[in-house]
Amino acid sequence: MAAGKSASSSKRVQSRAMREINNDSFIYEWPEAGLTLFHSPYDPDPQIKIENGRITEMDGVHERDFDWIDQFIARYSINIPAAQESMAMDSLSIARMLVDITTTREQVVKVFSGLTPAKIMDVVDHLNVVEMMMALQKMRARKTPANQAHVTNRRENPVLLAADAAEANERGFAELETTVGVPRNAPLNALAILIGSQTGRGAALTQCAVEEALELRLALLGLTTYAETLSVYGTERAFSDGDDTPWSKAFLASAYASRGIKVRFTSGSGSEALMGHAEKKSMIYLETRCLMVIKGAGSQGVQNGSISCIALPESLPGGVRAVLAENLIATLLDLELASGNDAMASHSQIRKSAKLMLQFLPGTDFIFSGYSVMPREDNLFGGGNFDSDDLDDYSVLQRDMQTDGGLRPVREDVILDVRRRAAKAIQSVFQVLGLPAITDAEVEAAVIARSSSDMPARDAVADLKAADEFLSRRLNALDVTRALARHGFRDIAEKILSVQRLRVSGDYLQTAAVLRPGGAVSSAVNDSNDYLGPGTGYHLTPARAEEIANLPQAAEPRQMGTETGPASVDFLQEIGESLPGNDPREIVIALGPAFGTELKSTLLGIPHNKVLLALIEGIETEGGKARVAKIYATSDCGFIGHAGARLSGSGVAIGLQSKGTTVIHHRDLEPLNNLELFPQAPGLTLDSYRVIGRNAAKYAKGEPVLPVPIQIDNMARLKYIVRTTVLHLRETNQVRSDKPPQEIRVIKGRMAEAGRETSE
Amino acid sequence: MNTESAAQDYPLSENYHDRLRTPSGIPFDEITLEAVLDGRIQMDDLRVTAEALELQARVAEACARPQLAENFRRAAELVDVPQERLLEIYRALRPGRATKVGLLEIAEELETRWRAVRCANFVRDAANACQSKA
Repeated sequence: MAAGKSASSSKRVQSRAMREINNDSFIYEWPEAGLTLFHSPYDPDPQIKIENGRITEMDGVHERDFDWIDQFIARYSINIPAAQESMAMDSLSIARMLVDITTTREQVVKVFSGLTPAKIMDVVDHLNVVEMMMALQKMRARKTPANQAHVTNRRENPVLLAADAAEANERGFAELETTVGVPRNAPLNALAILIGSQTGRGAALTQCAVEEALELRLALLGLTTYAETLSVYGTERAFSDGDDTPWSKAFLASAYASRGIKVRFTSGSGSEALMGHAEKKSMIYLETRCLMVIKGAGSQGVQNGSISCIALPESLPGGVRAVLAENLIATLLDLELASGNDAMASHSQIRKSAKLMLQFLPGTDFIFSGYSVMPREDNLFGGGNFDSDDLDDYSVLQRDMQTDGGLRPVREDVILDVRRRAAKAIQSVFQVLGLPAITDAEVEAAVIARSSSDMPARDAVADLKAADEFLSRRLNALDVTRALARHGFRDIAEKILSVQRLRVSGDYLQTAAVLRPGGAVSSAVNDSNDYLGPGTGYHLTPARAEEIANLPQAAEPRQMGTETGPASVDFLQEIGESLPGNDPREIVIALGPAFGTELKSTLLGIPHNKVLLALIEGIETEGGKARVAKIYATSDCGFIGHAGARLSGSGVAIGLQSKGTTVIHHRDLEPLNNLELFPQAPGLTLDSYRVIGRNAAKYAKGEPVLPVPIQIDNMARLKYIVRTTVLHLRETNQVRSDKPPQEIRVIKGRMAEAGRETSE
Repeated sequence: MNTESAAQDYPLSENYHDRLRTPSGIPFDEITLEAVLDGRIQMDDLRVTAEALELQARVAEACARPQLAENFRRAAELVDVPQERLLEIYRALRPGRATKVGLLEIAEELETRWRAVRCANFVRDAANACQSKA
């Protein structure tokens, strides 16, 4: 932080100090406090000793000194038959297997099943971020990447939750996670998400993050299908402060599975340091221990990537790389990976986006373990690194990189429909089940709301009471299904039931399971990642590529410049070949071949008749005489101007392209030279055109000329280059190289008429 | 289904649905919206069974995921243990809650009352690991 430093004298330093990046915290490493990422001087060297099929020493610790984590890893996580061979391999050789396209994912997983935590850290530290991304692309469990949404709002409004969940589902999120501000609200929040999760085009699994007894209860009522709140830690004291042991967490995971609930554990670098129990070990060493506990517990997967601690590793050198490393280690241990990107990681948009690319480009099972589909202020998970305001950016990134980030761009009308349907569905369910009424005004507010502040107030006390009663009356997902089916929402009812059925088969308990649109289960079992270099692994299907390409805001270039407006009144009449004049007051206005015919207005949308009128006015103010000709032989501004100058009695002409670019030319100059050029067509206003006309007349009179003022807009090229290209192409298509310049009669009446119609 | 062919039967809801049943014995294919509307299917019917968890364990084994398979097999032993008891056992496993003897009693209960041998051994292991240093 800049804090504590004296005020800078450099104005550029001062300017940079105001940038968002300088609100982030940066510190030096401090291994004794656990504030280092890889290879703390106190980390052990990799080592294993196996006696009689039992691990008796691991990473320099004898079994009599094993802590809980060592014991658990030695007992449950390491594949002892593979360990001898794996541990004998050189770390660099193993690291190379990760980016070697002739080594399969299965071979890598086998090697890693026999490694100790210190060895795994040592291997991964050999890779730079690009190599880690290559490895992640190969090692993620499910072939097709996906994404998870966070759906909450500050006021815990159930109608808005249902609408947001439905939109999230329509956008392609495969999992929806909600939570509570007030724990008692959990049943209604979970209910709202459940309805929304089956209203859009997809079929999502849902979660309500609350304490485990309630979470289990909600799942038994069929309101939720997965849980990911099982946190583990890399030191015994941190584990103990978290009020768990590896055994308690593993037992809880089995308890969830016995109820058909998908479980994902949570870990992440920095948590031990934050809790003051890092025991001088590096973050990645401790995180590797966490991941091995998770593997040993039999979890199908993990959400990591530092999660809520993200700003802590990011304060250290290599923090963003290390977070990618821990994501990679999860996949090396064959775990489903939900790769973080959820908590606020930086004040800087540049830094946030750069960090995201490390998971986004290789693809993970869930790129975000919670993308906030609402604005930040409604996110009850404490922020939301990316939120609803960033969704268009995300769609553009997918389109730019041709990368499947798990989402699809959706048109507004589709979004409004799906939000309304979910809001009406929950309105109906509330009515049938005798929950506090949802008004039509609330439904309509939820359809268009940006945040919960756009929602009418609800009686929060009545909702809380209803949430309690939902549990005491033992209402469940089938009551919801029946209410929906009987009140015009049979499609949503069918989809909710199809998810409930899957609880009987247990299919979504397998590694990296998601539901595909239509409700089929897809996981690392039937959609296993088979990447082995170019031409293998996941590829965008043509349909998916088109879906990603079709941004709602994308324009059809073939239509550009064909928009017809009031200015389409014909005001130009060609009356034969234009011949050289001899009036010394004469200024020729030479028009491009599409002017006023194929094209009707400039790049900025100024109607051609008004531009022409302004030039004529300017010429006449200085006592000049305007004559108009259309040049067919070229679309180049300089050549148009020069062709006009050769016709002009004064030798001075104004060349005017249809897109509005203008030149003042003289017949004695080379075609690509000029008296004045106004290439920044976006900066040209009607006033500029009047001054251009006046200057041209002054050149003809030989009087001194002040340059035409033009607005400077550094973003002009960025904003207008596409339209410039298309308009210029349309003009060029009108070029007739053998057609001589044509004399133009300006129909002033029509021009005035058109001018009135188009006047601002 | 044997372990080798297990992965081919996955997803069970698509490739094994004709042999799946709910805990109450209703064939999987009879879980329809009509049956729900008629009241023939209740929420309690829509629970995973020990049989399905065993099948999923074989799928996990076929995919070289022994720990995941073991978790499914522990889960299969727990399907009939009431939710409240499950949570009590979980709480007893948390740090400093139960004595070693207390945990060994729970293990005994799991083994004899619920025939949950794997879970019992797991709890015994926890008793030894966490209490030996306490």
